[in-house]
Amino acid sequence: MLKKTVLAGLALGFGLMASAAMAASNFKVVYIGKNTGNPYFDSITGGFVDACKKIGCEFEFVAPATAEATSQIPFIEAQIQRGVNVIAIAPNSPDAMNQVLDKARAKGILVLTVNGDIVGSEGHRDANILPVDFTKTGPNQVELMGSMIGYKGEIAILSATTEAPDQNTWIKAMKKTLAENPKYKDMKLVATVYGDDQPEKSTTEMEALLSNYPNLVGVIAPTTVGIAAAAQVVKSRGIANKFHVTGLGLPSEMRDFVKDGTVSAFQLWSPYNEGWLAAYFADGVLNGKIKNTVGTKFDVPNLGSITILEKNVMNTQAELTTFDKSNIDKFNF
Amino acid sequence: MSDAPLGINSTVSASHRDAAPPRPLWQVIFVRPETLTFVLLVLAIFAGGQLSPYFLDIRYILDSFTLTAELSLLALILTLVIIAGEIDLSPASAMALSACLFAYAMSFDWPMWICVFIGIGSGLIMGAINAALIIGLQLPSIIVTIGTLTLYRGLAQVIAGDKSIRVPEWYIGIDKVQILGLPAPDLIFIIAAIALAFVLGMTVWGRQIYQTGTNETAAIYAGIRTRRIKTVLFLATGVTASIAGMIFISRLGSVRYDLGLGGELQMVLMAMLGGTYIFGGRGTILGTFLAALLLSVISTGMTTANLLPATQLCVLGVLLVLSIIATNFIYSRTQR
Amino acid sequence: MIGSLLRRREAGILLMIVLFCVFVGIMRPRFLTLDQFRIILLLIPLIMIGAMGQMLVIIARHVDLSIGSIQGLAAMLTALMFKFHPEIPWGFGFVVAIGVGLGLGVINGVLVTAFNLPAIIVTLGTLSLYRGLTFIVSNAKQIDRQFVPAALKAMSQDSPTYAVPWIIVIALAVAVATYWFANRTLVGRQIYAMGSNPIAAPLRGIRVNAVTILVFAISGALAGLSGIMYASRWGFVNPSNTGTGFEFQVIAAVVIGGVSINGGVGSVPGVVLGVFLMGCVSAALPLLGIPGTSQAAIYGAVIVIALLIDRSVRMRANAALSSARGRE
Repeated sequence: MLKKTVLAGLALGFGLMASAAMAASNFKVVYIGKNTGNPYFDSITGGFVDACKKIGCEFEFVAPATAEATSQIPFIEAQIQRGVNVIAIAPNSPDAMNQVLDKARAKGILVLTVNGDIVGSEGHRDANILPVDFTKTGPNQVELMGSMIGYKGEIAILSATTEAPDQNTWIKAMKKTLAENPKYKDMKLVATVYGDDQPEKSTTEMEALLSNYPNLVGVIAPTTVGIAAAAQVVKSRGIANKFHVTGLGLPSEMRDFVKDGTVSAFQLWSPYNEGWLAAYFADGVLNGKIKNTVGTKFDVPNLGSITILEKNVMNTQAELTTFDKSNIDKFNF
Repeated sequence: MSDAPLGINSTVSASHRDAAPPRPLWQVIFVRPETLTFVLLVLAIFAGGQLSPYFLDIRYILDSFTLTAELSLLALILTLVIIAGEIDLSPASAMALSACLFAYAMSFDWPMWICVFIGIGSGLIMGAINAALIIGLQLPSIIVTIGTLTLYRGLAQVIAGDKSIRVPEWYIGIDKVQILGLPAPDLIFIIAAIALAFVLGMTVWGRQIYQTGTNETAAIYAGIRTRRIKTVLFLATGVTASIAGMIFISRLGSVRYDLGLGGELQMVLMAMLGGTYIFGGRGTILGTFLAALLLSVISTGMTTANLLPATQLCVLGVLLVLSIIATNFIYSRTQR
Repeated sequence: MIGSLLRRREAGILLMIVLFCVFVGIMRPRFLTLDQFRIILLLIPLIMIGAMGQMLVIIARHVDLSIGSIQGLAAMLTALMFKFHPEIPWGFGFVVAIGVGLGLGVINGVLVTAFNLPAIIVTLGTLSLYRGLTFIVSNAKQIDRQFVPAALKAMSQDSPTYAVPWIIVIALAVAVATYWFANRTLVGRQIYAMGSNPIAAPLRGIRVNAVTILVFAISGALAGLSGIMYASRWGFVNPSNTGTGFEFQVIAAVVIGGVSINGGVGSVPGVVLGVFLMGCVSAALPLLGIPGTSQAAIYGAVIVIALLIDRSVRMRANAALSSARGRE
């Protein structure tokens, strides 16, 4: 039985190589999102799809129904079985998938974490693609908030889940910036609450913030669900002229709020670029054109020169993009 | 209707005329809910092969089964609970809680036997809580176990927070261990199935479980200690949950509070698809065993074909309704 | 005698609410403000609507686990209509949502009655089926804010003036209508009769199958209404999130409100109070700074406590009944 599988695998491999001789680089890549129904991943998928059209790779997007820690494991197993060449994944857990990712790499599959990393388990993946330098996100957000409240007053943070590695990195940086940078000495962080990336919970936490801290002037919500919920609360209470909401949001969700003045500005990056970069990077590595070592620089159409940083991390852009009334209509994600 | 007056003479001839002829042997063996499950299993394997050329690999299918081995194990013991006329929706959460405690204890580097003691002990306590509320206080089992499932899950959250608790390297990888050509979790499942099938089908105690589920009052009058049987079953469920938790941890290498979230539905699904009657009194281990395989094959087959999880949900929903229609139909036809 | 016992049951829930609010109020005086009251009021309309339907189903000795998925599917179909046919007046969305819910509920009812299946399993199956359909019709994409009509969203505005948002008015209207239906119509009383003694019901001339399909249809229709209310309250519809876990919250509120899982017992005021208590607890937990990680444990504890209360009341009711019968 095992022999048959090996033979079938070899035949498949030969078949792939044969067809690869015809196309430029015909490899199979799959992107496993956190869960289905999440509009954020549609953008990343868009980048993959367009890049694969140019490169000639086969792309598929799959995702589990729920974002719990172990939900992606069956999908990774299935992709290994299907003999894909590249597995790109937005991980739901920092370590639950270590064993199965090792299994994939042992079979020669390139494992990329896209949009988030498996913190603490970096040895189990080949490279990581992040939208921005995550150490800059925190300070960028603090600066944006400060500019809206005149750099003084009480602020709070509405985050996602308590263990979300991305948010926690940013919050840590925010606290550091607030403590160390004298520009923000009159701004005080009074609370950090967690909305679990659910609209209902985010709303009740936001309401509680407003009730518990009557002197609050601003909330930073570095999560698309949180910022939308916070903006909704501010809008229905009609306090947009004295209370400021900002954070990381999707232009499609925040457009109405920006246009009617509830939110003056918020930030994000372009998820599309992550998919684009991931596809080109994978192509380069599989073809031998790009070496997956720290310090390597390579060029990607539309993105310019990308450097592979420590721990094999790459960023699609350096700083966050700020969205406000002037540019909100230019984006369609 | 009244062609024969019910006199003393007619009593004898009436019973002779009215006694139903015994069912032909082939009907007894083949016309039962488990057959439907078996047929569905064969169909599913076939369909899986059609949907994706990568599916028909016996190694892959066996390996994929390890993903649901723990829940399948729980489904087996749940079958006994349902046959006895109760239901327990809390094992998945109990599994998470005892697993968290077990991993927590290991993180303190306590000797292994203490950790195991804590793990299994906590499972026992949780089963005891269920038993006390359901049997001691006579509360309806479905609501109690909905309550305890939330409670245990919540406690797991309190203990583990949102972090994952890692375990030492030597403990990880039970699904890589191959015994007799099978991954260890699969083997554990098969052994448990054989053992429970033996208990249920061949022992007096097993017969008593069926009787308790069919008619508890009659069983009590027949001298069966139904309260004791049910208490033992709930305790056993708790212990099985903690054992399943330990297997789970070994497979994943760490544990979070959301271990097995939503698993209660899957376990009940396995029992139902296996022909277990929700109101008690009927069901077999074989049925649940086949149903567990069926569910694993379906989800593996669909995932390998890159079908949307949405489609899987629809298929499962339809299957559940169809299987229960068929089970009811078969049981009503074979009722004497 | 029984009447006063029931009244005592609702009084019990009211007492729990008062105690809870006083307790929280002492720790956080802000809890006892009109502002906070309005926040709680805005939390509960969806659960209230769902609870009214579920109450009837449970009194009839069934249960409907699919209401969350019905909410999702009805909301999604309505939202898809908003997105792709914005020329249709948004009020028509109500017709669509309630109609879809009604249809899905009838399917539940027919499956339960035609094949004599236990409702818990049937609705478990339809829960998966309807959720899957929601993903399929939406192509696994959420319907964003800009596609939901502004007028619909305005119904949930929490305005600084003292006008009551429409969404609350609708929820209260549904509660009143359910009260009238359950207590003042023949069919309503038949539901109670069916639930308390399903064997005697057909002998009393109750058309059990028709009434059963009716309660599931009502539950489905109300779940559908809660779907369009979801779009109004949150401004978007998401195939994964909309309605997920809804059935659990609703059943918890109904059980806390004194509806017995064995059927035949339950009142609208009780359920209204139960929903309100759930709302108070939901609003109080973040105020008290209780981390999200402990909130689930508290919900579980609340359900178990409510059950224990239910049990002790039932025991006293049974004792009273048997002594009353003994005296006859």
